[in-house]
Amino acid sequence: MSAVPGSSAEYDIEVAARRNGSTPPQTKRSAWGDKVFEWTTRAFAFLVFSILAAILISLILGSTVSLQKYGLSFVWRDDWDPVKEEFGALVPIYGTLVTSAIAMLIGVPVSFGIALFLTELAPSWLKRPLGTAIELLAAIPSIIYGMWGLFVFAPLFQGYVQPVIIKLFGAVPGIGKLFEGPPLGIGMLTAGLILSIMVIPFITAVMRDVFELVPPMLKESAYGLGSTTWEVVWQLVLPYTKVGVIGGIMLGLGRALGETMAVTFVIGNAHQLAASLMAPGNSIASALANEFTEAVGDLYFASLIELGLILFVITTIVLALSKLLLLRLSRHEGTTT
Amino acid sequence: MSAVMQSGAANPLYRARKFRNVLMLTISSLALAFGLFWLAWILITLLYEGGNALLRASLYYQMTPPPGADGGIANAIAGSLILVAVGTLIGTPIGILAGTYLAEYGRKGWLASGTRFLNDVLLSAPSIVMGLFVYSVYVAWVGHFSGWAGSVALGLLVIPVVVRTTDDMLKLVPGSLREAAVALGCPMWKMITHITYRAARAGMMTGVLLAVARISGETAPLLFTALNNQFWSLNMNAPMSNLPVVIFQFAMSPYEDWHRLAWGGATLITFAVLALNIAARLLFRKKD
Amino acid sequence: MSTSSEALRLNIQSAARQPPAAAGDFVPKLKVRNLNFYYGSFLSLKNINVDIADRKVTAIIGPSGCGKSTLLRTLNRMYSLYPEQRAEGEIILDGENLLATKRDLALVRAKVGMVFQKPTPFPMSIYENIAFGVRLFERLGRREMDERVEWALTQAALWNEVKDKLGQSGYSLSGGQQQRLCIARSIAIKPEVLLLDEPCSALDPISTASIEELIHELADDYTVVIVTHNMQQAARVSDYTAYMYLGELIEFGVTDQIFIKPAKKQTEDYITGRFG
Repeated sequence: MSAVPGSSAEYDIEVAARRNGSTPPQTKRSAWGDKVFEWTTRAFAFLVFSILAAILISLILGSTVSLQKYGLSFVWRDDWDPVKEEFGALVPIYGTLVTSAIAMLIGVPVSFGIALFLTELAPSWLKRPLGTAIELLAAIPSIIYGMWGLFVFAPLFQGYVQPVIIKLFGAVPGIGKLFEGPPLGIGMLTAGLILSIMVIPFITAVMRDVFELVPPMLKESAYGLGSTTWEVVWQLVLPYTKVGVIGGIMLGLGRALGETMAVTFVIGNAHQLAASLMAPGNSIASALANEFTEAVGDLYFASLIELGLILFVITTIVLALSKLLLLRLSRHEGTTT
Repeated sequence: MSAVMQSGAANPLYRARKFRNVLMLTISSLALAFGLFWLAWILITLLYEGGNALLRASLYYQMTPPPGADGGIANAIAGSLILVAVGTLIGTPIGILAGTYLAEYGRKGWLASGTRFLNDVLLSAPSIVMGLFVYSVYVAWVGHFSGWAGSVALGLLVIPVVVRTTDDMLKLVPGSLREAAVALGCPMWKMITHITYRAARAGMMTGVLLAVARISGETAPLLFTALNNQFWSLNMNAPMSNLPVVIFQFAMSPYEDWHRLAWGGATLITFAVLALNIAARLLFRKKD
Repeated sequence: MSTSSEALRLNIQSAARQPPAAAGDFVPKLKVRNLNFYYGSFLSLKNINVDIADRKVTAIIGPSGCGKSTLLRTLNRMYSLYPEQRAEGEIILDGENLLATKRDLALVRAKVGMVFQKPTPFPMSIYENIAFGVRLFERLGRREMDERVEWALTQAALWNEVKDKLGQSGYSLSGGQQQRLCIARSIAIKPEVLLLDEPCSALDPISTASIEELIHELADDYTVVIVTHNMQQAARVSDYTAYMYLGELIEFGVTDQIFIKPAKKQTEDYITGRFG
């Protein structure tokens, strides 16, 4: 049977030939290709897996000098004198915690309000653009917040708002201590405020995602009973998504703790421990940003790296907890975060 | 007659609930206005302060000047472009391959779930710590700051974003598509690279764009790695000028013209980042 | 007999199929022996023994969950993608036990092609969809590849509809066309057996009819095994039918025989619609 090569008749012949037991036209060994690919991807996954551990180890190694010198007392010493070579982490830790606390105190309720609006109040044509606007807020680099905070916000704050706060609260016994002092514009309160604006988009995004996990039927049954919108949210949505909301808040906290540029511009860079929020201070990140490249001497270096280690440990714990909580919620819902 | 039966609108319980509802919803709307207010104020400030600087052509071709002199930020722009590009080139393949492992081979075992967990922690970790890390393992070792170190630090920030989006996007590809390829006798590796990647292409690109947007604005990791360079230099093995560090330095200084340049740089970065984010969003939406 | 089985009988007789020849015409292409299949620890196929005839159409029917798709997917080792699924027993194709083969599974799947319930065109052009499979096994020049693509699309009765738009995406076709594209894709690598897993369930009646006609023609060159939940389809299209229930093969025989005078009462109950 003759056939034009490449014609379909030839193919039919081939098919017939194969039926008679001859081997298929090709035998590419693909098994080793699969193995190589799988092991390559596995290797890179392992690489990513190890990054966190590698960071931890390198930070510990880098801070051996100060770990040896101060041990645990580093955490509560409040000296910071590069000349005399005496260091302590209390002031930066205090600054980090206080600014983050302010950020959360303001940021969480505002984020909740925005998430509520986005999920329950916004008409559908508004939802997408608003959500996008919030996400764009999250995308703005933190150095912008810092600059804006320093050049625009701080002077106005100093001129108009701080005097009012000092007058209103400064004399009140007890919490008045928090609001004493001259209005400088910059300081821990300012840093906390700027930080809160930075953190709001993150927490809002997580809250909104989490709120949308609530089955519509659940909400409809509540509405059907005559509940108001607020009641549905406060008594149904929030308890249902409680775990996820906390996870989202902790995510925001993790970000706030580690934020550098927004804080560095306006915190005042002063190694002093003051009760007043109006006073300048320091956070771990701002101390690092301002001083690391100027540092001389092993102890100075090691102390700075130990500060970084402390920050790393704190944020990793907070973020890991947040992730665990969010996983718990999504497992509950049967989706994945 | 029970309270419930009492005529609806006059019921005091009902009125209290209604009031609380309106109050809370008003507060919620105020919260939204509060959030949008800051966004608008910041953007307007950027446009106002930076807009002038951006319109002066010298911004784009002159080098960073000493205080008091006129100049631009050309070296910083070039440096940032290079650092971002190299950082993306370093981090993206690692991220894609690791993400592929998670999505395609990650149904069993500790490595996949562990990596996913730690990756998400890495995603939100303080970027200044990344800078410290690269300093400790690379800069201290070779003895000098360099563009390479800066790129590596940025690459470390790219990795978790790309891992996450690759994992999510590949998981969205329907199993039937994979089986169809395998049914033809396609080996796994070819099925993944030729079929699954192609199907998830748009989503993965989005991830890369988002990663680029993120690292474009990062300052902290560059502070101790690439440092800064007053002059025009494309030498990756030496300190490299870049926008964020220049902005930091100039803004914190007492000099007016440096402030002006800092605003210009800040506005430039913001526009680039916003444009990248919008592009990523559009790309992702088009895929649907 | 009830009216439904009467109607079925008439349906079969009017389907104008060639009456199956005498028993000597049956040459087994695939021999399934003592097949047990596990999803984890759950035994879902119990001791299946059946022969699939060469170049004939064999239908597997049965209610939902009876294991018909599971059985189909053992025939090309598709289940091997999933570690928690395993099979015991033998499936012999041309003298080789597929379940125990040391050869690369890709080669097994080159011989045994599969078309799925939902059309799954690859995210590429129509031409590339076909060429992709061919390139896995053969190195063809441009002209040869063009011809192979045309041949495969002709065999799948799709060529005339797509010959002017080979560069367009596979997704631009209608559902029935996409399914025929998938069939063409499977044929292009010249398998010997074609497995069809409910190929028409996602299609409209007109596309279904054209695919059924295609199956008639394909049976001249390929061994076809089709899983279907549509009994009438099985009656129209197949030469042999296997009836399964809860993981067991209840009855296997010539299609006409199964539908007109089934040997087992269980089969008859299903055929006559006593349960779904």
